[in-house]
Amino acid sequence: MKNVDRWQLPDGVEEVLPAQAAAAERLRRQVLDLYRSWGYQLVIPPLVEFTESLLIGLGADLDLLTFKMTDQLSGRTLGLRADITPQVARIDAHSLAESGVTRLCYAGSILHTRPKTATGSRSPIQLGAELYGDSSLAADVEIIRLMLATLETAGLDDITLDLGHVGVYGAVLAAADLDAEHEATVFDALQRKSLPDLELALADVDAETRRLLISLVDLHGDESVLTRARELLAEQVPEALAGIDALQDVAADIRRQRPDIALYFDLTELRGYHYHTGMVFAAYVPGHGQALANGGRYNDVGKVFGRARPATGFATDLKALMALLPAEVSTNNAISMPDIDDPDLQARVDELRAAGEIVINCLSAEPDSRCDRHLVEHEGEWLVQPLNTTDHVTS
Amino acid sequence: MNKPLTLALTKGRILKETLPLLAQAGIEPLEDVAQSRKLIFATTEPGLQLVIIRGTDVPTYVRHGAADFGVVGKDILLEHGAEGLYEPLDLGIARCRLMTAGPVGWQPNGARVRVATKFANIARRYFAQQGVHADVIKLYGAMELAPMMDLADLIVDIVDTGNTLRANDMEPLEEIASISSRLVVNKASMRARYGNIQAIVDRLADVVAQQS
Repeated sequence: MKNVDRWQLPDGVEEVLPAQAAAAERLRRQVLDLYRSWGYQLVIPPLVEFTESLLIGLGADLDLLTFKMTDQLSGRTLGLRADITPQVARIDAHSLAESGVTRLCYAGSILHTRPKTATGSRSPIQLGAELYGDSSLAADVEIIRLMLATLETAGLDDITLDLGHVGVYGAVLAAADLDAEHEATVFDALQRKSLPDLELALADVDAETRRLLISLVDLHGDESVLTRARELLAEQVPEALAGIDALQDVAADIRRQRPDIALYFDLTELRGYHYHTGMVFAAYVPGHGQALANGGRYNDVGKVFGRARPATGFATDLKALMALLPAEVSTNNAISMPDIDDPDLQARVDELRAAGEIVINCLSAEPDSRCDRHLVEHEGEWLVQPLNTTDHVTS
Repeated sequence: MNKPLTLALTKGRILKETLPLLAQAGIEPLEDVAQSRKLIFATTEPGLQLVIIRGTDVPTYVRHGAADFGVVGKDILLEHGAEGLYEPLDLGIARCRLMTAGPVGWQPNGARVRVATKFANIARRYFAQQGVHADVIKLYGAMELAPMMDLADLIVDIVDTGNTLRANDMEPLEEIASISSRLVVNKASMRARYGNIQAIVDRLADVVAQQS
């Protein structure tokens, strides 16, 4: 390797430099304080785990996204976490094993073998909250509101909340009774809202089923979608109505509590369809092509740890939020101190630092460029004086 | 919202066949796109502008939200993946077929086959489905030359009239997919500006329906 290449980082792996790191850390603290104030307890799961506990059916994608290596102590396979959600589910189901409602939150680095989205990082910092032990819609609403509050803490407005329910599509699919191959192609076409591909995939299916499935492709947009879905499915798939009712209730709650949030409904775009069991939701902001935060209900995940618990939660990426933060104006307001061994000076510096000031030891002749003031001795006292003024203490 | 909606188009056949569709939907560029060297064009539709880019770049622009929607051939979506995009409408223009082709009378000999193509991913997928081991050779043009120079046994390419194939003693073999241009839409734009975008999609859908 040539010297000139040594600085290079792998694709999608980035470092965060001082100005941005300060903003990111401030945001991380604010968000964790927010979760704490809502009663969510912080957990710090490990960076690596056995893949048996890390890959617990949250989709085949996760397996592919996870870096794996062999544990030299046990000979078992370790995974570098690509998602913290299964770890927190394990903590709830096994480590805590409480019977009532458990609210947990987390913030930590994750690693992906390949970027999850076109613009995505391979080393996001995942932030999220999970609510276990309550299967009511009120729990979903709480998690949605906390997700919105997270984005607002990051200073984002003009948020569109995307709502869906896997039960609607699940009921239609059960009624349609397709074979596995058709099911996969239909699902794929619906994820891309591709009417032409959907028609092609259903070419050899009976006319009634075809009509039903094709009518799903338009079920996205404002709240009128729910009315349309109800009319469409009331006769043919009454089992789907429960999901539509749930969406209507959650939408009404959110509208009442957060009239400023734009709502968008999508009954067929189902990210994580294979492990979600109820409401799914995501938040979008203009100018960011992908969902900025997303979540949903996943009731069966704890089962592999011996305890299936109702669960709902969401996650976002601190680095993605950071990229949307307004640029911070750097303020040079530190204080320079002379490098002198004087107990009085040290006492004064401790006092200033305790009060939140930044005090930088002036090792060389020039004070640090971030300083706009310095400590000057005057009649046995250490005073803070503006820098760059030639006139010394006059009083 | 003041930012104009951006529709990404491709120079060449797609542009030539898309502009009449847009015109019928009441959307016309304010200047002659074919004559100009500009890349961004205002239109008669307030709040809608056109950008002219390479076909393979359309999904990239739309996926990243640099353009809100675009018109792109299904061949490019199949080759580069349509992940993260909506493709609600088949515009039914720039129709052609994606096919395998080989020298007239070609017979497979041996377990593997060498395939020259611009569509490496599609070719790999297709031959895997057929249970055939294919060594895919990525080329950027003049596919027909590859079998003649013994670089490859077969080619995978867009076939329109088949004249180029015939002129080089080749024949089309199997159809992999029938291709036409699709309207693709960015996911976040679809949500943030659902009304505006769906209105244009609906107008175009009406025009397409009238044509067929």
